[in-house]
Amino acid sequence: MAYLLVIGTRKGLFTATSDDRRSWEVHGPHRLDAEDYANTAGIYAIGCDPRSGRILVGAESSHFGPSVWFSDDLGARWHEPAHAPIAFPADIDDSFTRVWQFAYGDEPGIVYAGVEPTALFRSVDGGISFELVRGLWDHPHRTDWFPGAGGAAIHTVLPGTVTAKGTDPNAMTVAMSTGGVYQTRDAGKSWSPANNGISAQFLPEEFPEYGQCVHKVAVGSDGAFYAQNHHGVYRSDDPATRWSSIAEGLPSDFGFAMVAHPHLPGTVLNFPVVSQTNHLPPDNRLQVQRTDDAGRTWAPLNDGLPAEPYFGIVLRDAACTDGADTAGFYFGTRSGDLYARTDDDTAWQQVVAHLPDILCVRAIEV
Amino acid sequence: MAVKVFVPQVLRPDCDGAVTIDLAMGSGPVPLRSVLDELAARHPRLDKRLRDDQGKVRRYVNVFVDDDECRAVGGLDAPVGDGAEVRVLPSVAGG
Repeated sequence: MAYLLVIGTRKGLFTATSDDRRSWEVHGPHRLDAEDYANTAGIYAIGCDPRSGRILVGAESSHFGPSVWFSDDLGARWHEPAHAPIAFPADIDDSFTRVWQFAYGDEPGIVYAGVEPTALFRSVDGGISFELVRGLWDHPHRTDWFPGAGGAAIHTVLPGTVTAKGTDPNAMTVAMSTGGVYQTRDAGKSWSPANNGISAQFLPEEFPEYGQCVHKVAVGSDGAFYAQNHHGVYRSDDPATRWSSIAEGLPSDFGFAMVAHPHLPGTVLNFPVVSQTNHLPPDNRLQVQRTDDAGRTWAPLNDGLPAEPYFGIVLRDAACTDGADTAGFYFGTRSGDLYARTDDDTAWQQVVAHLPDILCVRAIEV
Repeated sequence: MAVKVFVPQVLRPDCDGAVTIDLAMGSGPVPLRSVLDELAARHPRLDKRLRDDQGKVRRYVNVFVDDDECRAVGGLDAPVGDGAEVRVLPSVAGG
């Protein structure tokens, strides 16, 4: 079995391949367009279709705007649809800025894109064209959602799930900054906030119905939800009912990324950041925290990481798992370093160093 | 009336490699918006490089009508007359 890492950076798209997940061959920046301008575009989102193998990347050129590129040969060649894959309809006075998240539905060809400004799009043709999900766009809360430091966007899209009790093709959970967690049970026609218990320290009311700045939501192998908030780390079996804090024991309750183990219930990785005003790793050390008991206790998982001072943090989509039977975990930093570790390893291995600022990472078995 | 659009090298893959594109615009002058709409009809991917979903010229794209950057002469309403040259240039930006 071989493994592919797809790495989105502030200046281009890279990939890494490995047969053993210890020795990696790194390629890039990949040539997206013939004249090179898109090759150094920011790559803010990556999607790997579990059925077709198609890879989607959401790129944004500072000059020429956003687009979606796709590869059907694991990154060897890239293509762009002739017409804008994602665009707001003419009756909406807003413009697509960038994709923040791709996620896949149960049926072949169904792809969701969480985008900036805060909106959800749906594709039925594998990501060649998308349509706005009107039910969420027309939500009466939308005009109250405002941008966090990174922009106003839907950055978490979890098709098929709203509770830990099972999946439902008409259900979906999304999260946005700001706005918080919203869920639908009727295939996107109607949406309800699901933020009970999550704090919003930047609002007059600490526990509002909505408006939270949730940074990332991950789903465990048992269906439980884990949220890294703008201060606050939470767990829930039923987000519509209640979230509970699991921040005790972490060096900081601020951060961006959360990754749940694909097979072990209660095992989650967290990547702490000092605070909302200090986006550095605690103690200026690159570090990962792991819980194996659903957040009751946390322990550092730092073997193999630099012992010297380190200043690059892990952004919300720059950490992931490959979902393999022996699970592999990966994270990239804003300092351009990428680390990998499998359940069989006793330490993190450095995959590559000195890339541009890493924005997102996805890993698949190929 | 005839309008000639000059395309920068970086965007030529989006218009089949053309360096210039000659447009016949009917009787003029016409607003720049109409010129870009005609361009979009021929080359939709080129158009999305130049304008956003709402049809506004992107922040770091400059469109000159003859010697004037369009924002200084009415933006998308800038008049484009017979024989005009419309030049698309990426602005000085980036890092």
